[in-house]
Amino acid sequence: MIKSRKFYGYQILINLILAVTAIIIIVPLILLFISSVSSEASLIVNGYSFFPSELSLEGYRYIWLNRGTVFRAYGMTILVTAVGTVCNVILSSMMAYALSDRKLPGRSIFNFVIFFTMLFSGGLVPSYIMWTSTFHIKNTVWALLVPNLLLSPMNVILIRTYMMNSIPESLYEAAEIDGGGHLIRYLRVALPLGKPILVTMGLFSGLAYWNDWTNGLYYLTDPKLYSIQVLLNKMIQDIQAIQANAVTASSGAAMRVPQISIRMAIAFVALLPILAIYPFLQKYFAEGIALGAVKG
Amino acid sequence: MKNKTQMRKRIIRSLPLYAMLLPGMVYILINNYIPMTGIIVAFKKYSAQKGIWGSEWTGLSNFVYLFRNDASILIRNTLLYNIAFLFLDMFFGIVLAILITDVYHKKLKKLYQSAILLPFLISIVIVSYIVYAFLSVENGMFNSILGAMGREEIQWYSSPQYWPFILCFVHVWKGVGYGCLIYIAGIAGIDPALYESAKLDGASKWKQIRYVTLPELVPSVITLLLLNVGHIFNSDFGLFYQVPQNSGALYSVTNTIDTYVYRALISAGGIGKSSAAGVFQSVVGFVLVMLSNAIVRKFSKENAIF
Repeated sequence: MIKSRKFYGYQILINLILAVTAIIIIVPLILLFISSVSSEASLIVNGYSFFPSELSLEGYRYIWLNRGTVFRAYGMTILVTAVGTVCNVILSSMMAYALSDRKLPGRSIFNFVIFFTMLFSGGLVPSYIMWTSTFHIKNTVWALLVPNLLLSPMNVILIRTYMMNSIPESLYEAAEIDGGGHLIRYLRVALPLGKPILVTMGLFSGLAYWNDWTNGLYYLTDPKLYSIQVLLNKMIQDIQAIQANAVTASSGAAMRVPQISIRMAIAFVALLPILAIYPFLQKYFAEGIALGAVKG
Repeated sequence: MKNKTQMRKRIIRSLPLYAMLLPGMVYILINNYIPMTGIIVAFKKYSAQKGIWGSEWTGLSNFVYLFRNDASILIRNTLLYNIAFLFLDMFFGIVLAILITDVYHKKLKKLYQSAILLPFLISIVIVSYIVYAFLSVENGMFNSILGAMGREEIQWYSSPQYWPFILCFVHVWKGVGYGCLIYIAGIAGIDPALYESAKLDGASKWKQIRYVTLPELVPSVITLLLLNVGHIFNSDFGLFYQVPQNSGALYSVTNTIDTYVYRALISAGGIGKSSAAGVFQSVVGFVLVMLSNAIVRKFSKENAIF
């Protein structure tokens, strides 16, 4: 009796603490959403607020009316995320499959070559010089797609480990007896049975592409190629430029910067797909993190 | 002789595997290994026409310049933020993990976990928009609140004294879910018999945490700490560049090695000091990773990365 009262007391206490924590964590996102549906006048008079004096969809209407810029950037993000993630999963699963074969001659050398990239890197400057002056990716779509994101050595290692530990050798042997070579074994055994890890790694790759803004920052100046994150970044830089130069509202930069509610609407639209898939894929995100934590 | 022919057979049989490795290996060679050779640019006076290999050697002058001028503040910021982050992540991660593990109601447990992890998935650009909503000088919510209280407004983006706290808060807000999940996995791995016997001995909840949970977590905590120490010269570029909106007035407390490398790279004639800072970071980082891994190996072999 006493014990159960203690139990309820403790449960109420921890639920209270966690509920408050969860609210503190979620509240900033709610502010983002509310300011995207606040009227410009209420934002200017009262500032950002959870309780705007007037609601309005003018931010979203602006996006729709000027869909040229925003939709283009959004389409760019979708294109790069889709193509990049598919390439990433194909490249890393092929490598992982090859390296999961214990009889592959030279296996430990390949493993080391992949692993070493996690210990040492050339850094930004040599990469930047190589991508711009050898491969000339500046202001091409390759800039968003290729540097750093196309293959993650960590993913290759995690997929390889999964294929070695969780796919029974007997299944490979069965495929071999049926006359299947490596390609058949990869397509018919490794890919279907490796699905859980491939989905998890694909998800993280997709997230990295969707959220990436640094490749655009380094290699893009052509607005036609901006992804949504790059567009958001350039917009906030323009605000900075206005404040730094204290230019008047009639000058060029001020004209270019969309109003507050519009900016917040674009930011919310960029966030929306993540919010939409999150409830369904939360399990995979959590598993991916736990996996990464096991090693490194 | 026999071995040789056998080996040749094995290699021939593995040809399809080599073909599958090839595209990824080519990518790693280009994306990761060519830039490694490019670190020699730090020892040269880089000229775009001559390229990395054709430029003149200047010995250590880029490093001398870097260490005479900017290095101390960069290293200070990078190290201090990382140390603060290490302890904050550990503290909040463990506290939340213990609380979440103890929640009896399954659905609520999942809800808390989901809420705490959500910011981890948001791009830092969007995070900077949210931070701006709170801190903008004219429209920010904090200044509205200060105004309503009759206090003077604060020029957040030009007042460095607040930023160590702001950046720590944003970092914890964004990253706590990640650490929390790791500790939840750690707690799930503790033998339930330990709690049973503690309860039989009449240990209170607090005593169970103090004498069972925390000691059992120590190995994974120390491993995580050591592994993170290996990355202590790396900083989250987005957090330090994007969240303070690259504001010059804040550089004294927001400039880390990574932001410095980028800003120097895009400034005229800054490629020398930029590459010197990058090489410094890579080399010291490499040494630290090797060291911390060697210590982890000694301490708990199964947790070492290699």
